[in-house]
Amino acid sequence: MPHSSAPPSAIEVRSTPKISVRQLNFHYGKFHALKNIDLDIPTHQVTAFIGPSGCGKSTLLRVFNRMFELYPDQRAQGQVLLDGEDLLARTHDVALLRAKIGMVFQKPTPFPMSIYDNIAFGVRLFERLSLADMDERVEWALRKAALWDEVKDKLEQSGASLSGGQQQRLCIARGIAVQPEVLLLDEPCSALDPISTARIEELMAELKSEYTVVIVTHNMQQAARCSDYTAYMYLGELIEFGATERMFFKPRRKETEDYITGRFG
Amino acid sequence: MSDKHLSSQFDSELNQVSARVMELGGLVEAQIRHAVEALSQFSLNAAEQVAELERRVNAMEVEIDHQLTTIIARRQPTARDLRLLMAFSKATANLERMGDEATRMARMVRSIIDSGAVRTLPSGELHVAAELASGLLRKALDAFARLDTKAALAILKEDDRIDREFDGFVRKLITYMMEDPRTISASLDLLFLAKAIERIGDHSKNVAELIIYLVEGKDVRHTTMQDIESVVQ
Repeated sequence: MPHSSAPPSAIEVRSTPKISVRQLNFHYGKFHALKNIDLDIPTHQVTAFIGPSGCGKSTLLRVFNRMFELYPDQRAQGQVLLDGEDLLARTHDVALLRAKIGMVFQKPTPFPMSIYDNIAFGVRLFERLSLADMDERVEWALRKAALWDEVKDKLEQSGASLSGGQQQRLCIARGIAVQPEVLLLDEPCSALDPISTARIEELMAELKSEYTVVIVTHNMQQAARCSDYTAYMYLGELIEFGATERMFFKPRRKETEDYITGRFG
Repeated sequence: MSDKHLSSQFDSELNQVSARVMELGGLVEAQIRHAVEALSQFSLNAAEQVAELERRVNAMEVEIDHQLTTIIARRQPTARDLRLLMAFSKATANLERMGDEATRMARMVRSIIDSGAVRTLPSGELHVAAELASGLLRKALDAFARLDTKAALAILKEDDRIDREFDGFVRKLITYMMEDPRTISASLDLLFLAKAIERIGDHSKNVAELIIYLVEGKDVRHTTMQDIESVVQ
């Protein structure tokens, strides 16, 4: 039975949900990592997950593209609806799912190949493009990721030759090259300097007009700066979800307020 | 103020600025007390003390503003910390303005004494309003220190009383001026005095509204008493 009723936090969310999480529970072996999560991720908005280490925010993000299936004793129960379709259902093709939901990790993970091929690699898995079309797609993705001007003259060089911030933007370019609908960012700036961080945040603001962006961050100021909605998680539970503006001004739950004001002990 | 941050330095910065705001409140309260005394006794000495305190109040306002901007720049406060600092900033501005009004009262008293019209005017009736206004500030500071929104609501209601006293007083002054045009000049001084008292009440009301903003996260300025009551309940 699908849970069709929206969670109470939905009152604040005006845009229609891209991803709806219903009664999601997640286990790492015996460890209960996510407990009865109900959440609507709004379309074409940036949603941030915040909370202390081990609260389940990265776990939740990884459920969205079924990353956990790579590991034998991890299991998810409940529903995660992408445009109303349960992506946890066994019938859902994982490769197709990941083409719709792209992910960028904490540490930049360029493939050991040229800058050009880093972008083209994923595209070739899903589409047969002519050389000219592929060139166009690579340029488009690099431009979107605000990297084109810095790399256009050295596309044949290794992706690993770029700086950390450039590598992270390369990974974002790779993520959007397959034209996904959702972009998941897991601590994308934690290894970056403030200028690279500002570039990525700027990028998120631009990308949200076409993509639904979900970001996990330890940096509360980052969540405050660049997200439209914020979810605060603690010990596997979703404590509070709402408009970022309100969450950082007058959260409803004391636990949220203690965390974001640095009173968490 | 409340339970502790992970950073004890942040707590101590907040405590320091909080103590300064309360101290400023105390100074302004003293200023108003002296102004009321100057009015009721026609005391030049009391009027002098108001002016004396004014310099300290002004310096303290600048100092508190500096502390507040430093905390904001260094800590990027959020939620109740942010509301607290915003409330401090606005309360400081209101307190300083109250000090200005007290100074204006002292100046008017001096002008009335100089005019020699002390005995012929109904200045006694102003005492009630002046006492009300100075009491209101004390209550506002108490409520601020205790984050007491119920007390804040009571202050908002009490300010209405000062406004009514003011209206009644203005009508009375008009009668005096019509009966004896020689009292016009001194009556105008009294009118300005009454206006200063009324403004002090308004500033206390603003401080009370800030308490509700701080505690409830709702900006109740320019709303009806009914709305405010529903926020505080």
